[in-house]
Amino acid sequence: MIRFKVNGQDKTFDGDPDMPLLWYLRDIAQLTGTKFGCGMSLCGACTVHRNGAAIRSCVTPVKGVSGTEITTIEGIAPMHPVQKAWLEIRVPQCGYCQTGQIMQAIALLKENKNPSDQDIDVAMSGNICRCGTYQRIRAAIHEAAEHQAAKGTA
Amino acid sequence: MNLIENASRNRQHRPSQPVSRRGFLQTALAGGAFVLSVRFIPQPLFAAEGEAAPAFDPSLWLSIASDGTVTIVAHRSEMGCGSRTALPLIVADELDADWSKVKIDQAIGDPKYGEQDTDGSHSVRSNFDLMRRVGATGRVMLISAAAARWSVPQAECATEPHFVVHRASGRKLGYGDLATAAAKLPVPREENLPLPLKKRSEWRYIGKESNSLFDLPEIVTGQAIFGMDATMPGMVFASVEHPPVLGQKIKSYDDKATLQVAGVQRTLTIDTFKPPHQFQPLGGVAVIADNTWAAFKGRKSLKIEWESSPHSVYNSAPFRKTLEATSREPGKVVRNVGDVDAAFAQSGQSGGKIIEAEFYSPHLAHVSMEPPVAVAEYRDGKVLAWAPTQNPQAVQETIAAVLGIKKEDVTCHVTLLGGGFGRKSKPDQVAEAAVLSKQLGKPVKVVWSREDDIHFDFFHSVAAMYMKAAIGPNGKPTAWLQRTVYPPINSTFDASAKYADDEMGLGWNNLPFDIPNHRAENGPADYHVRIGWLRSVANIYHAFAIHSFADELAHNAKRDSVEYLLDLIGPPRIVKLDLTGDEAEDAKTFPLETARLRRVVEIAAEKSGWGKKPMGKGRALGIAAHRSFLTYVASVVEVEVDSRGQVHIPKVWAVVDAGTIVSPDNVRNQFEGAAVFGTSLALFGEITATNGVIDQSNFNNFQVARMNRAPRHVEVTIVKSEAPPAGVGEPGVPPFAPALCNAIFAATGKRVRELPLSKTKLV
Repeated sequence: MIRFKVNGQDKTFDGDPDMPLLWYLRDIAQLTGTKFGCGMSLCGACTVHRNGAAIRSCVTPVKGVSGTEITTIEGIAPMHPVQKAWLEIRVPQCGYCQTGQIMQAIALLKENKNPSDQDIDVAMSGNICRCGTYQRIRAAIHEAAEHQAAKGTA
Repeated sequence: MNLIENASRNRQHRPSQPVSRRGFLQTALAGGAFVLSVRFIPQPLFAAEGEAAPAFDPSLWLSIASDGTVTIVAHRSEMGCGSRTALPLIVADELDADWSKVKIDQAIGDPKYGEQDTDGSHSVRSNFDLMRRVGATGRVMLISAAAARWSVPQAECATEPHFVVHRASGRKLGYGDLATAAAKLPVPREENLPLPLKKRSEWRYIGKESNSLFDLPEIVTGQAIFGMDATMPGMVFASVEHPPVLGQKIKSYDDKATLQVAGVQRTLTIDTFKPPHQFQPLGGVAVIADNTWAAFKGRKSLKIEWESSPHSVYNSAPFRKTLEATSREPGKVVRNVGDVDAAFAQSGQSGGKIIEAEFYSPHLAHVSMEPPVAVAEYRDGKVLAWAPTQNPQAVQETIAAVLGIKKEDVTCHVTLLGGGFGRKSKPDQVAEAAVLSKQLGKPVKVVWSREDDIHFDFFHSVAAMYMKAAIGPNGKPTAWLQRTVYPPINSTFDASAKYADDEMGLGWNNLPFDIPNHRAENGPADYHVRIGWLRSVANIYHAFAIHSFADELAHNAKRDSVEYLLDLIGPPRIVKLDLTGDEAEDAKTFPLETARLRRVVEIAAEKSGWGKKPMGKGRALGIAAHRSFLTYVASVVEVEVDSRGQVHIPKVWAVVDAGTIVSPDNVRNQFEGAAVFGTSLALFGEITATNGVIDQSNFNNFQVARMNRAPRHVEVTIVKSEAPPAGVGEPGVPPFAPALCNAIFAATGKRVRELPLSKTKLV
């Protein structure tokens, strides 16, 4: 029996311990905000947080999250400053990759309150957007950083 | 499967419309579909089956509840281009509705909505007038109801958002308060009542910066429902091992190890299609399981022997040679102006210069972020499906044909699409789910892996182009011959098709250059994989060849690329084209106006500071201008080629004249994205086959542009225009690659003649 937390709730799992967390979240926990894109940690659509750090749930087996705290997009209290910035900049086109982008961006801003373009490139280049919204993603991350800074000094 | 064929051909350059725009509303009126009645409206995804709500229902498209909620039906799919938002915005504007009180109801597939294929960049273009009349009709009826209530002439009444007002007496009534009364009125017939459409200056939503996608809040919170997220009670999961080579059938298979995998329930087979493949399932062995992972895992231990297929001869390197050889021979003439042969002969006699060039571009895969997926249930001879489809009526037609049931017995609900780019106009995976559900007696969700998506795409075609020009005074061509050869999309519908007749309008038979002798030809080619539409389709390779060649001629003439391009386009005029059918019909509303093409070139040159700024070593600008989907686009790409030959794109200027615009910010987003899409295909995009099997499998070996390789900044300029709305989803793609390659030539002196760029050593 594998025990862990998802969005603050205790979970147990006694199925195939090799099942990637992605499919546990989507098919068993019914948390479909986390997306399947490649299954090989190549696109970032499946990004969630394990103890606050971004991971690719498509290559992380459930046994690898035992005893940890998982946060998915559903566990982010809306509207997070990053989500607000995504709305303001009107980032999404189809939107499918955007929950993964947002989870990656939240993790970035936790570590780096004021990322440069270069920092953003490094952190975000593992997340593919086939619609090509990259320049808006970059702008939205800057915007969210400014929001957070303004809040911090208020 | 004739229905599919009829519905699917000719669509990309000109969507077929079963009824004319004008005729549709009249037919609907005459046929009683535009009546006021209490009716079920398609329910939002996963809502409890709807209860009939008393509603003011002036059409298929619009209902108003007594609480003032306006529900507008979106009959086009949302794959990221904004159609699902744009069409209801147009209705809301003419209705004078308050957008915050509007709900959007996604239509099921049904011919009563007319043509529903969200492709060809035509959702707004084909529905703009209809949507305006729908909204205006509703507004007239609400005014009628209010006027009757107040016993005043209708002419004294006006509207403000969500209210009818009588200014003389200061009275006003909300749309919700009027809905029940309006529901009892006859629908005004257009012949009796010219609908009072708003003046442009009165538009509240059309053309406004404030418009944003309806589904944004759900998207950023993970609540939006894509096809991947659709469920049905009691459903099982399926993953299908397809024949590696097109058309192979199962000889034998062994599923013993598969059945040992935890969560795997059983395996089932799907018959291989009979040619032509159309949108039928490919065939194969399906693993049925409790969840997606078990189905994927079970598949890995399947042992299958396949029969042979004539397509196992497909090898990309020799196939390229065949295409190129064909491109050097005369082909079918698709446009002829003047006498090219005489002009070439004359040039030869007078010692004039002849320039020839060949271009090549490979297959591409769509790789929308959401791989193909669908849920379907077969019960009592009927099918219910939820799918991320660009074309729900094709879902109906395909499933009906494969299962031998009636089209109207297939109900297709449309989810949001996690990208489409043309792939999701083909519903083969939805048909797989229906076929499996029929065998199992329960709902089935079919999930394709990324590897399935790339191996079994309907690929963008591989193409070879041959170009030849006779150079006259001032370096301008006196004669221009262009030949294109590629397996046509028609091969999807007709296994014997070798010519791309229906694709010639995609940037080949409509060259807007001022050249006295011009001939465009198309040579034959066989297909060995499924060929399909990919964002801007044949325009991609056609524009690559034409605009790279034009730049080559400019360089040969020692003239500035922009100045030369404007000279090639020639004076402002309407280019006469010998078109037939729908294309001829389109040309009446959308003539090919060189003034508009010149203008986007001029603006792009101005915005980019063309010829005005020092660029430094390895840095340069390139330009291309291309009209597709009736929209005029110029792209200037700034490139920096570093000492290792790596290409960086600091900036792109895209200038677009798409006529009347509904949502400007969305248009900018489309053109920003098109530059990234163009970067992907120019830098990396290549699908190849070995013995009929596709060599690429995932984002590691079929790369697309990531943030660190995408253009740093794309600046989009929208030309103000009152012309009818044209397309915006695709037209940003075609000029990008040639503009980039022209910039690379300017920066390095290396002329790129094939895509992707990784094939050309730049340093």
